[in-house]
Amino acid sequence: MTAAQIAGLISSGEASAVEVATAHLARIDAVDERVHAFLHVDREGALEAARKVDEQRSKGEALGPLAGVPVAVKDVIATKGVPTTAASKILEGWKPPYDATIVERLRGAGTVMLGKTNMDEFAMGSSTEYSAYGATNNPWDLGRIPGGSGGGSAASLAAYEAPLAIGTDTGGSIRQPGAVTGTVGAKPTYGGTSRYGLIAFSSSLDTPGPCARTVEDAALLHSVIAGHDVRDSTSIPQAVPDVVAAARLGATGDLTGVKLGIVKEFAGEGAEPGVMAAFRESVEALVKLGAEVVEVSCPHFEFALPAYYLIAPSEASSNLARFDGVRYGLRVGDDGNRSLEEVMSLTREAGFGPEVKRRIILGTYALSSGYYDAYYGQAQKVRTLITRDFTTAFEQVDVLISPTTPFVAFPFGSRTSDPYQMYLADLYTIPTNLYGGPAISVPCGLSEGLPVGFQVMAPTMADDRMYRVAAALESAVGTFTPPELSLESAA
Amino acid sequence: MSTTVLPSYEDAIARYEPVIGLETHVELGTNTKMFCGCPTVFGGEPNTQVCPVCLGLPGALPVANRAAIEATIRIGLALNCNIAEWCRMARKNYFYPDMPKNFQTSQYDEPLCVDGYVDVDIDGETFRVEIERVHLEEDTGKSLHVGGSTGRIHGATESLVDYNRAGIPLVEIVTKPVPGLGARAPEVAKAYVTELRDIIRSLNVSDVRMEQGSMRCDVNTSLNLPGDEWGTRTETKNVNSLRSVERAVRSEIIRQAMLLNEGTRIFQETRHFQETTGDTRPGRSKETATDYRYFPEPDLVPIAPDTAWVAELKAALPPVPSVKRARLAEEWGISKDEMQSVVNAGATELIEQTIAAGATPAGARKWWMGELARRANETGVELADVGATPAQVAQLQGLVDEGKLNDKLARQVLEGVVSGEGDPAAVIAARGLGVVSDTGALTAAVDEAIAANPDIAAKVRDGKVAAAGALVGAVMKTTRGQADAKTVRELILARLS
Repeated sequence: MTAAQIAGLISSGEASAVEVATAHLARIDAVDERVHAFLHVDREGALEAARKVDEQRSKGEALGPLAGVPVAVKDVIATKGVPTTAASKILEGWKPPYDATIVERLRGAGTVMLGKTNMDEFAMGSSTEYSAYGATNNPWDLGRIPGGSGGGSAASLAAYEAPLAIGTDTGGSIRQPGAVTGTVGAKPTYGGTSRYGLIAFSSSLDTPGPCARTVEDAALLHSVIAGHDVRDSTSIPQAVPDVVAAARLGATGDLTGVKLGIVKEFAGEGAEPGVMAAFRESVEALVKLGAEVVEVSCPHFEFALPAYYLIAPSEASSNLARFDGVRYGLRVGDDGNRSLEEVMSLTREAGFGPEVKRRIILGTYALSSGYYDAYYGQAQKVRTLITRDFTTAFEQVDVLISPTTPFVAFPFGSRTSDPYQMYLADLYTIPTNLYGGPAISVPCGLSEGLPVGFQVMAPTMADDRMYRVAAALESAVGTFTPPELSLESAA
Repeated sequence: MSTTVLPSYEDAIARYEPVIGLETHVELGTNTKMFCGCPTVFGGEPNTQVCPVCLGLPGALPVANRAAIEATIRIGLALNCNIAEWCRMARKNYFYPDMPKNFQTSQYDEPLCVDGYVDVDIDGETFRVEIERVHLEEDTGKSLHVGGSTGRIHGATESLVDYNRAGIPLVEIVTKPVPGLGARAPEVAKAYVTELRDIIRSLNVSDVRMEQGSMRCDVNTSLNLPGDEWGTRTETKNVNSLRSVERAVRSEIIRQAMLLNEGTRIFQETRHFQETTGDTRPGRSKETATDYRYFPEPDLVPIAPDTAWVAELKAALPPVPSVKRARLAEEWGISKDEMQSVVNAGATELIEQTIAAGATPAGARKWWMGELARRANETGVELADVGATPAQVAQLQGLVDEGKLNDKLARQVLEGVVSGEGDPAAVIAARGLGVVSDTGALTAAVDEAIAANPDIAAKVRDGKVAAAGALVGAVMKTTRGQADAKTVRELILARLS
């Protein structure tokens, strides 16, 4: 059942919000031991929020379009009084004294927060294998990764533990897990959703966004969390485009007059044949709906990965400096005989996992005097060129399309020994983050029985366009359900 | 064995040429902090003026305070700087327990204001101190070390951090190196900081109180032989009074001259000024320079002040304090030095207002710089907060001028005013302090005095008029100072003639 359908049942009185929440909590109890999508389930909070919705309904008050619908929130987003750890030991047990702006908006819309989902530590990774609390398993094949960093959010949807989830996308952390779990994940325009309360990984790239099982559900969630926030200086004051209307328009299956651009530089590089086959079939399906397809060149996309792996770790090395054991979270070695520097050092040694340390060291080096111009400065120039590639491309086409990831979900451990192989998972998603525009991953088929994602990229603040194309594709290829778990709808 | 002999200042200056540079930090008097809405009031209970943003909690984001940007631009304009049309904040990364994020949001290669100057006047000679940059940053918290005897970290059992100050907007004003001052270097340093303080005070953007730390000064000093390149500089941190600025430069010139005389290399280092001894002590060595890993702050959008707005701010700048001071000194008929002491006491506006309320310049200055300044000093409050208003001081002086109060009574009335007993008239009424010049009432007291002092009365009768003074004193005593002395004297002489 979709979020839209659940909301319909609640507003019509056919189901109570408490019943819906209880059913999802029961589902979590039944399957999460195997999936491990959640780091923390807020049973009391969820039932309390659901009761409030039922009360409002009984009083005849107007309910928002997602009132009573459960939502799972990535553990990198601050939730007042509810543990928030970014899947790191260094924040174990930390309960923020405040809500992130998007959490406030979720609460304001009457959604029911079920709990916090697993992820790669501090959102650094593409497989959720770097969680300090153990990996999440892909509901399609429990021996495979659910993508990352937002593997928990995507898996919670694929396992029907939640109908909606929130993720964050710095280099593909919403879209890539969406692709490998057969769910929908959208990265809004940078600045279109507030970062206030999002534990920063890379401030100039991080973008919170919706995860769902259908494009329309993603659009509904998008419209709840998006919009200007005075507490985030980089938040865009402009009005959010009507993504829900765009998704509904796309669902009618007509793409007449829409120009799709295939990025020449993405043609097959490192992509599995099955992924490319599913992509090509999808393009044909879109052409049948009236879309026109042209090839465009984005010559600097090949430098996106190296530029990203300088910018993101540089910002991360600074953003993660605050985790030092002085004010909150873990503190190690404070026995009265050690200096402050030693305590900070021991705390960080024990609190951060290997991938986080790798990136802190990389970023510290890239920003250090004498190397700044060669690395960080150069990467910023590449970023400008990539932005220019996008601008030029969008003069020729309405949206750009590509596979979301070069490969389907891989088995655990198959890429952790070689960081570069892991980094390739985000090859197709990273350029959009450097540019700042919106992009969505929508399931488009199967390869070797595993889901393949289709990516639609749009100009900044044209989030509606990508929803229209994504919904049209969904109407042509349908949605995809994992076979192994017992997956009848929970609600 | 080498002996370390401190040369005299004169000897040091005769041999070496000093180059000085000053970095001054000014806490802005905005109502809220640089990047959040927390209050900036001084002296609150520790950690009561904090929020997720200024505590740097995970997820919290800064939003720049427009009032702080405006104040910085006004300071830049008053210091004759160019204002950047586009600039950014940067992150200065280093680990320190009182810095919540372990980076300070500051400005690096893109300051808001650049290339200005301040002219200072010493004994009729004008020295120009060029300003390199004026930039905006956030203050850090404060560490408190408890359990030890000194309040310092050494011997402390616990270290606590108060983050109330963290995030208060701080403006840093950096001069270019100033060479060629010779023996005048310490005086110019002091005069520059004084002038800077006056300018910032006139802009009403900070209370610039060095003793409370809202204005702090780092002094860079180097020495070189004539004709040589500039020497290695040392940085004396957190000098916190005008007098100390002068002393710090002077003592550092002497110390460096001693080392150079011995042939010792000067290390680039941070030093701390010792208020008690007047010399500097080494702090953190700068041999391995900290790498701050500056980069543009990605959480904040660039600052792009509208040119029309900047022009508006420029047009609305108050008059330059030195120019205004010269004008006032002339109007009030006082010397430049006297005017400077008025400025130093923070009395300029108060005296101006008292004159505007009807007092003469001499009368207005007398009270503010005398009785009230003394009281402010004793109680440790600012003159403006001492408890008397310019209007009340003007009324008081008016009563003296009319002969309704003598000096001694006026001081008592003023005491009543600052104690909150109301306007001078109310104090006089309540305390019964008016001058008595009514002859009827005084005649009895005069007769009493004559009767009590027959010997003196006889002398006066014999023509020794000077002896009448003792009788006047006696009358003043019995009337508790309220009699009009002139009237009393006339009455006595009339009686005894």
